[in-house]
Amino acid sequence: MFALGLGISGMTMPGKVIGFLDVFGNWDPSLALVMLGAIGVHLLPSIWTLRLDSPVLDDRFHLSSLQTIDRRLVAGAALFGLGWGLAGFCPGPAVVAAGVLQPQAVVFLVAMVGGMASWEVVLRVRVGAPSRAGVLSEQTRGIPRRQEGAPGLSSAVAEEPLPLARWN
Amino acid sequence: MENFTPYSALIGGALIGLAASLMLWLNGRVTGISGIVGDLLVPRESEVGWRVAFLAGLALGGVLLLPWAPQAFDPFPDRSTGALVAAGLIVGVGTRMGNGCTSGHGVCGIPRGSTRSIIATITFIFTGGLSVWLVNTFFGGVL
Repeated sequence: MFALGLGISGMTMPGKVIGFLDVFGNWDPSLALVMLGAIGVHLLPSIWTLRLDSPVLDDRFHLSSLQTIDRRLVAGAALFGLGWGLAGFCPGPAVVAAGVLQPQAVVFLVAMVGGMASWEVVLRVRVGAPSRAGVLSEQTRGIPRRQEGAPGLSSAVAEEPLPLARWN
Repeated sequence: MENFTPYSALIGGALIGLAASLMLWLNGRVTGISGIVGDLLVPRESEVGWRVAFLAGLALGGVLLLPWAPQAFDPFPDRSTGALVAAGLIVGVGTRMGNGCTSGHGVCGIPRGSTRSIIATITFIFTGGLSVWLVNTFFGGVL
């Protein structure tokens, strides 16, 4: 369903994406409607679902507990945007298009995985723990917490973020 | 404005939102594709199966869509392989550094009221626009 949404919406077409980002040129605002449509549909179910004790098929939610807005978040998002505007692909559409072996998507996807792996290697060297992105809070309501995952991850949860400037 | 396709955009967006809602309700998870892919690189036993299944579903969705809307997969002529490789690397690093992408921060994070996601989304849309502007201005739109 997610893939069909991406395909129908135009997100798998770099031309549409770049057209959307081409604010000062030939602007195609279509993708703004994609985001608005997605958020519009997802908003109320999201609020409603998160009031439940647990999801239907699992005993707990798996949601990020990260709160701080730090340089890493902004720098990461900025980099992602640069790459997104350069290729016209972001991760989801790349997987969908790679599924039909669209050559550009395959190239992008392989490079993307390479970039992700590079980051994991760099992070491991810097902080000696898996990426914080892999550490999800155990958000439970009335259900006993249980620690999960490789040793050292729970200490990573309590660990301070990388020593970067942060503002709340 | 050129090539404005409001109806397919809204319908596609609604499908994305519906899929995200189902994922959250059924599985308690966020459909952030960069996270689903990226966390596979830091494998934890219980975390592999559902990710593979979801990604397989994404790819299958493409296969199902192809006969009905082949134009969704037309190659884009204005970007070279080199640019795609560079972009892929940058996106790979950026999404891990920033803990998310358009689906994770934009579609899922914003409805949760996540300030991080709101900031991230604004940031990557801004730099996305900057990136396109740079290519248009200094490379005539072809790189």
